[in-house]
Amino acid sequence: MSIEQLSVFLQNEPGRLARMCRALGEAGLNMHALVVADTSEYGVARIICDRPHSAKVVLEREGFAGSVTRVLAVEVPDSPGGLADVLEALDAAGINVEYLYCFLRADTESAVDILRVEDIERAVEVLKSSGFSLVHASQVYAPDAV
Amino acid sequence: MFQPELETMSRGALEQLQLARLRTQLARVYVNVPLYRRKFDEAGFRPEQLETLDDLRKVPFTVKDDLRSAYPFGMFAVPLRDIVRVHSSSGTTGQISVVGYTKGDVERWSDLMARTLACAGATADDVVQVAYGYGLFTGGLGAHYGAERLGAMTIPVSGGNTARQVQILKDFGVTVLACTPSYALLIAETAASMGIDVRDLPVKIGVFGAEPWSEAMREQIEETMGLRAIDIYGLSEVMGPGVAAECVHRNGLHVFEDHFIIEIVDPVTFEPVPDGERGEVVFTTLTKEGIPVIRYRTRDISRIVTGECECGRTFRRMERVTGRTDDMLIIRGVNVYPMQIEQVLMGIPGVAPHYQVVLTKRGSMDDVEVQVEVSPDVAFDEIRELESLQRRVAGEIAGKLAVNVKVKLVEPRAIQRSEGKAKRVVDLRNEGV
Repeated sequence: MSIEQLSVFLQNEPGRLARMCRALGEAGLNMHALVVADTSEYGVARIICDRPHSAKVVLEREGFAGSVTRVLAVEVPDSPGGLADVLEALDAAGINVEYLYCFLRADTESAVDILRVEDIERAVEVLKSSGFSLVHASQVYAPDAV
Repeated sequence: MFQPELETMSRGALEQLQLARLRTQLARVYVNVPLYRRKFDEAGFRPEQLETLDDLRKVPFTVKDDLRSAYPFGMFAVPLRDIVRVHSSSGTTGQISVVGYTKGDVERWSDLMARTLACAGATADDVVQVAYGYGLFTGGLGAHYGAERLGAMTIPVSGGNTARQVQILKDFGVTVLACTPSYALLIAETAASMGIDVRDLPVKIGVFGAEPWSEAMREQIEETMGLRAIDIYGLSEVMGPGVAAECVHRNGLHVFEDHFIIEIVDPVTFEPVPDGERGEVVFTTLTKEGIPVIRYRTRDISRIVTGECECGRTFRRMERVTGRTDDMLIIRGVNVYPMQIEQVLMGIPGVAPHYQVVLTKRGSMDDVEVQVEVSPDVAFDEIRELESLQRRVAGEIAGKLAVNVKVKLVEPRAIQRSEGKAKRVVDLRNEGV
């Protein structure tokens, strides 16, 4: 069980991020989480948004390179040590986390941790057997119509 | 074949024809073009001394600067009233040079371009979209006259307005697209952004030329456009497109030797090199009236492809031009052709074929930045993957070219597309940058 994240390659140039956000806004696609990983020359924006595949097409038309990647979304209680429990469970199973970021869900008062791991299937097993609940795509964003 | 009796003549007959035409040509230029008379006199050569084709080696070379300094009409071999058309070189490297055509020249050029298109597999049943620029550039009108001569339905779109090119390609049922290879890629890209897959269209032959392009770029074009890409060759100083062309077997370009003599010379000593060895291509026009050129050094690098061709044409073939002596960049003392960089990039998945080389100076050192577009097909979610892509590009360029470069990844379509000849190199070394 995993959710889809849209990654967008961004040149370090004034206005690129704004243009990207505007393009998604004009297409009526809402963003629920956004982080930018940056280097001195470029960045990668990682976005949890409605209809990620449609969003990719919208952005490509605007000249952006986008790719949809699968990530894990884990529900964590919004209390001290919540994330540490998750990471320790993965660590104990020898699963390496490439990156992660968190956002709060207004409706449940819990946090959602987005994790990128290499072996998604195994990470799902480990997290489930450790008693964590994984978040469905439809709980955080509107998935693409199939 | 458009002119089978000429295109398949025996080598013996061809050489006789060449010799007879060459004699006439040399005599004409000696009488009518002061520059040739001066050059021949200085070299102690008189046209009547020509007894065999090999004697051509005694004749001095003609270079680009000769044409430039004769600007505009100083090298024409006929009175201006006999000229019916002029074209010029693009002038990207300096003063333009002007070439003139008599009525007979335009006739022969049309035949040679019809040959070229037939060589590529086109017939009178085809619909030819000419997306080479019309105007002073020889590409547009050259291809146009050839397509008409062949009897094909000819669409004179010229270059530019790419969305309209795509629309016409689709709506007119175009079967042959004639343009520069870099423009073909732009047309394919534009089509994709309009939701049109060129592979679904009837277009089946691409007649591409006017700039050097690699075999890898050919594959890329064929894959994205679903057509057979044919390389054609020519230059305005010699005539324009239609000097040499690939046939469907694509094993070198047949030089239309009944009208042009090809020589390959060492770019440093200017001595002829044996068949099969690379060197600078030199052309002598045998039938041009307006502005004949004698042993014109093209600055293009190629070689003779030996052996016979399955198509039955007896004309010798030249290898696809892989670079120009004046495109050659000297970077920290190493000779580099942009084509070599293109070949490296084409071999690496994850980068698009569009690139630009930016040269600057840091202190006394040349600084090279190769900008490449991240291909939309690659998953680049992780920074380290992008970094390893960058390292791979830099590593392979360093390995193949022996030059260390900085690689900059840029967004798709960040590099300016060309509607004519692609601008691959931005040299800012003399601009204090």
